[in-house]
Amino acid sequence: MTQIAPPPRQAPPEPEGATRRKTDSSSVRTLVSPLALASTRGRALYWIVFSGVVLAFVLAFLFPVYWMASGAMKSPDELVQTPPTLVPKSFSLTAYTDAWDLMQLPTHLWNTVVQAAGAWILQLVFCTAAAYALSKLRPAFGKIILGGILATLMVPAQALLVPKYLTIADLPLIHVSLLNDPLGIWLPAVANAFNLYLLKRFFDQIPRDVLEAAEIDGAGKLRTLWSILLPMSRPVLGVVSIFALVAVWQDFLWPLMVFSDTDKQPISVALVQLSQNIPLSVLIAAMVIASIPMVLMFLVFQRHIIAGISAGSTKG
Amino acid sequence: MKTVQAPHRSAAAPPATPGPRPAGRRSASPLARRLSHQVRAYGFLIGGLLCFALFSWYPAIRAVIIAFQKYTPGSAPEWVGTDNFTQVFQDPEFGAAWRNTLTFTLIALLIGFAVPFVMALVLNELRHAKSFFRVVVYLPVMIPPVVSALLWKWFYDPGAGLANEGLRFLHLPTSNWTNGADTALLSLVIVATWANMGGTVLIYLAALQGIPGELYEAAELDGAGIWQRVRHVTIPQTRFIILMLMLLQIIATMQVFTEPFVITGGGPENSTVTVLYLIYKYAFLYNDFGGACALSVMLLIVLSLFSALYLRLTRTDD
Repeated sequence: MTQIAPPPRQAPPEPEGATRRKTDSSSVRTLVSPLALASTRGRALYWIVFSGVVLAFVLAFLFPVYWMASGAMKSPDELVQTPPTLVPKSFSLTAYTDAWDLMQLPTHLWNTVVQAAGAWILQLVFCTAAAYALSKLRPAFGKIILGGILATLMVPAQALLVPKYLTIADLPLIHVSLLNDPLGIWLPAVANAFNLYLLKRFFDQIPRDVLEAAEIDGAGKLRTLWSILLPMSRPVLGVVSIFALVAVWQDFLWPLMVFSDTDKQPISVALVQLSQNIPLSVLIAAMVIASIPMVLMFLVFQRHIIAGISAGSTKG
Repeated sequence: MKTVQAPHRSAAAPPATPGPRPAGRRSASPLARRLSHQVRAYGFLIGGLLCFALFSWYPAIRAVIIAFQKYTPGSAPEWVGTDNFTQVFQDPEFGAAWRNTLTFTLIALLIGFAVPFVMALVLNELRHAKSFFRVVVYLPVMIPPVVSALLWKWFYDPGAGLANEGLRFLHLPTSNWTNGADTALLSLVIVATWANMGGTVLIYLAALQGIPGELYEAAELDGAGIWQRVRHVTIPQTRFIILMLMLLQIIATMQVFTEPFVITGGGPENSTVTVLYLIYKYAFLYNDFGGACALSVMLLIVLSLFSALYLRLTRTDD
């Protein structure tokens, strides 16, 4: 049996990979010459620029987030006072607890979790199976189907939301409505050409004889997929998972169309719907709470996410 | 991206299959094997295939059909020819929506290209705290777009909003931001840029790291200053990525919805109504799905041109 080597070419997120090592070594030549940086004047200039950039980044990206998190701790009077206070006079968590209870955040967060998790699982199951079939099983009309799937990459998704809405409101042939049903999020999420293509490309690079060897040993197609292909595809499955989860969690217009029923709305829709008639501090607290899951996920997987995005540019 | 390889092999029956010969006992077995292989292959394919058929292909066809119909859910659709299009054309919001969308896209392109590019250029020169910068610049991307929109709506508040407080702190004249018809669109571009720039910066950074250092050395030996090095080395070397990201950004920003919907509601004086917002209004406020689909088809055609260009460029350069 041939040795199972990791598929070449595809650039999976490499946490401690080449990019990192390359960036950390100071020998890499960039725009400014190392010679210029080595001089006293160059070094002084470097540190001035460096501190300026740090300050700009903190102000532009961190400060708004701080302002949100601290704003929710201010009293309603302090919140509208001019000039505003940089640090809350007293750290009160009542806005957070109010938001949790008044805006029914547990319900909406749970709805979001259910919608995101379902879309993720269905996408993994159906996209992986379809990618496997298209890549390795060579079904009749496979090329045509793949072409049709890739063509949807060209069609901007948002422009088709209205006919898509009409479709799930009354599914053809069976005449079932998926409105106000998580299935209305889950099933359309499966039709994700980008993720399917990512998986298919990865499977394409796994040599055929690896799978054939497994089949000679008596493994069925499903078993081959499950025990040979999937374990080899962990990096790409990770990328697809993150894309799938983030997409559903961040989505707004589609769930706004699908869920008219307040109790079933995900957090993004509920925030906007409730934003009109809720005290500002409570709304801001709810915004903070809504951001925490994705920000946490980002901080945990930041290396993979950042490496994944950076790899997107070097595909060749 | 090579997708075209042996296009006919798998679609047509492979040569091993006996063609028109009467199915004798001998040939039945490979044929049956082939059939069961196809059944199994489609067993894997069917779930995804159905979802694409139902939620991608069917709606695309349906958009075109409904664009020529009077369509209200519950009652039978009626063919009305090009009425939907003429009606939509006469809507004063139609012109405003396209103008706003194109202006938004153009400003977003200028800011959204220049700011991340310069940022990546500077970041690439810094030798410390590299991962700090990357995490911080990407942080807003992970904040739900609705939250960013609400957050900036609060910043733009004419009373105690942070934006005007900041201007006051610097002794600068305050602005109406989203409350002024002439500043509203720009204010929304700032929000969208802030929220989405992270990905662009990271991709530019990766592209910059791919530039061979010898090119800079050679340019320097030729006496090129920093600006000349940017112009003659950096930009030509990253031209392809820049073009790709520009096209992707055009496609994305032309579908802008969340920011105007959440922050301005299309106002003031229709100055921030976008095409997608107008589609939403036709469908869910006016209950005119024919008009909504007519608009969708127009948007689709415009955006598909950019998509086609994008796909074409990515394909030829591979």
